[in-house]
Amino acid sequence: MIDTCDQIFVLLQHWLVSFLPASWQTGAGVLLSVAAIICVFPALFAVAVWLERKGLGRIQNRLGPNRVGPFGLFQPIADGIKSLTKEDIVPSSADAVVHFLAPLLLVVTVFMGFAVLPMGRNMVLVDLDAGLLFYFAMGASTELAVFMAGWSSRNKYSLLGAMRAVAQMISYEVPLLMSSVAVVMIAGSLSLTKIVEAQNHYTWGFPHWYIFTPWGFAGFLMYAIATTAETNRSPFDLPEGESELVAGYHTEYSGFKFALFFLAEYVEMFSISGLGTTLFLGGWSAPFSFLTWVPSWFWFFSKLMLSIYVFIWMRGTLPRLRQDQLMNFAWKFVLPMCLINLLAAGLWRFMGEGWLRWVVCSAILMITYAGMGLAEMRRQRLGPRSYRYAE
Amino acid sequence: MSFVFYLLAAITVAGGLAAMLLKNTVHCALALTVAFAGLALLFLNLDAQFAGFAQILIYIGAVAILVVFAILLTRSSETPRDGIFSRTWLAGLAVAAAVFAVLGWAVLHSIQVLPHETAVPEVTVQQIGVALVGRYVLPLEIVAMLLTAALIGAVIVAMHEKVGHEKEEPK
Repeated sequence: MIDTCDQIFVLLQHWLVSFLPASWQTGAGVLLSVAAIICVFPALFAVAVWLERKGLGRIQNRLGPNRVGPFGLFQPIADGIKSLTKEDIVPSSADAVVHFLAPLLLVVTVFMGFAVLPMGRNMVLVDLDAGLLFYFAMGASTELAVFMAGWSSRNKYSLLGAMRAVAQMISYEVPLLMSSVAVVMIAGSLSLTKIVEAQNHYTWGFPHWYIFTPWGFAGFLMYAIATTAETNRSPFDLPEGESELVAGYHTEYSGFKFALFFLAEYVEMFSISGLGTTLFLGGWSAPFSFLTWVPSWFWFFSKLMLSIYVFIWMRGTLPRLRQDQLMNFAWKFVLPMCLINLLAAGLWRFMGEGWLRWVVCSAILMITYAGMGLAEMRRQRLGPRSYRYAE
Repeated sequence: MSFVFYLLAAITVAGGLAAMLLKNTVHCALALTVAFAGLALLFLNLDAQFAGFAQILIYIGAVAILVVFAILLTRSSETPRDGIFSRTWLAGLAVAAAVFAVLGWAVLHSIQVLPHETAVPEVTVQQIGVALVGRYVLPLEIVAMLLTAALIGAVIVAMHEKVGHEKEEPK
């Protein structure tokens, strides 16, 4: 019974496919999985948008959407219908072909990432040997789509937004990759299913997730910072800074194309949270050994929604960074920390079992963190505030 | 030589041709990206996962963006109506022809030098990694040093003005 619950989607797929002739079964199975991914994540997108608007409302002491359905629950449906029926305006000076292709390329590359994410036991579309590499290759392609959107609009706000977005995504992609490399070093594989398997062990009822090691904890924090910047979420939402750039690279998009950008932003959040879950939070494995009877897919999606909750919480709490702060933070703090973290992970790998590696790795990371923090603070030369333009 | 190969080859060649023939420089860069993507897919078609994904990650994710940034930061993306012709086009043509001839000769010659493999070799990413930090560790380190030096050099070139400016500022 427990096994059936755990494998219910896999069994369902096998049952549906078994009606077809044998030669069609593989293709139909893949098609079914793809269809499931394409249905589930936009549905989650609707839920997440509602959660975000309600959550932000709560943080800012207002009600949030409350007109459509109970607690405004049908608001996403109303928004969907609205964006489908709106006129699609293409600026007359825009580069029509590139303008049309940009949202499509963005959505396609964002969805491709889910192909290698294990969403439960045996629930992965393609178990690639180089799964992590595939994921990052797809993630890197979104930058081009963002650039295409900003450039083809022929609008200075769009272009500035796109330039900011691309510069930010390139800068934070380095720490993103570096923090993930530590996991690859320990797990010894680029395959995401193998990384989950490596974490799916328990000692005294507690799991062996990588976040519960010194290098894993530091790596997870770096990864979380980098993903927030990579998805252009607050406090790194400069590319869409409303007060400066209207809406950044999708200023000139309307109707369903705008909805596609909106969808891509959230789906990228899901996929990158899913990857973080897989790398550091044990993927689909249960948080305690006595909870292993709960289906694996439940744990994956719970951890995913928890990450989304943290994203929303941060958006409601933190102010937006300045461009130079953003770049300094990436290159002068996050990147050196990631490099030190690689050293710590290497030591962890070769020092063998025992308490010594805990002490050494923690000491290295904490000394680096404190030292860099102090040095940066000293360089800031904090003094009384001065105004350059407004007296 | 399957249908898929011809399809991917057509995409790659079309992308390369478009990169040369289009008027707008940014369009050329985007067309070049199509050629990169076609090459990556060709690698994947040959079961070379690592090479294929690295091609996408580096060429589409970084090099294409770099090209596009360079175009936007240096001049407007519109080319003048009469086009831009380098005065050294003859030398350029000669170099291009020479490179093409060497590559063509190497590819055609490789059939005789390398024995024809009957089975497709199983190469995992792990094997590539072990080879990179084992047998080929020296070239890898040299390339790493070279790239780091280039990076630092670029930063110094970009920083030069700012250092002088800071000294002038009264404290």
